[in-house]
Amino acid sequence: MSSRAAWRLESLGFTSVFFYHPGKLDWVSAGLPVEGTAAGIPNLGTVARRDVVTCRPSDQLSAIKARMASNPTSPCPVVNDHRIVLGLLRSDAIKANGAKTAEEAMISGPVTFRPNVALEEIDRYLTDHKIGHAVVTTSEGS
Amino acid sequence: MPTLIDRSRLREMLKAGAQLVEVLPRREYDEEHLPGAISIPLRELNRAAASQLDKTRPVIVYCYDYQ
Repeated sequence: MSSRAAWRLESLGFTSVFFYHPGKLDWVSAGLPVEGTAAGIPNLGTVARRDVVTCRPSDQLSAIKARMASNPTSPCPVVNDHRIVLGLLRSDAIKANGAKTAEEAMISGPVTFRPNVALEEIDRYLTDHKIGHAVVTTSEGS
Repeated sequence: MPTLIDRSRLREMLKAGAQLVEVLPRREYDEEHLPGAISIPLRELNRAAASQLDKTRPVIVYCYDYQ
């Protein structure tokens, strides 16, 4: 949509036109301020942890367990070189199967949420599904 | 030809005085928009709407994500 708008402006005689393709979601994901009626309403982006331990598909669960020692009940996102979330390791899976790799033990394609989801909405989801975590990703999946 | 930019470049250009336009529907703009952005929904982007922009300064447009 933004590229079409940029081309449209050019067709109207504008010669210095740029499009911020990652868009509003990228801005919000970075925790930058916004204006508008929803500004200041707490959302996932404002409370999400950014220091989450991640692992690669080929990592052994025993090594991941050691890295997760300070937060053993937290799940561990499985990411690729571009930090795209490929899967999720639940804490019980990390504890149970030391010799396996993350890829063998992960849940593929976990449900993820965008940073602009209202806390109220995510609270309902977590309660309904009886889970204690939600994975928050950008529009690129990282 | 329009140029694709990332967040870092966007911030630099805004500091330097570029104009910022959100092209999403007005309701989405009203809820949440980047600081300093004006609203010109894509469907309303015509010569009259564009006349509020300064042709001598860079214009940056954005929507929600990679749409």
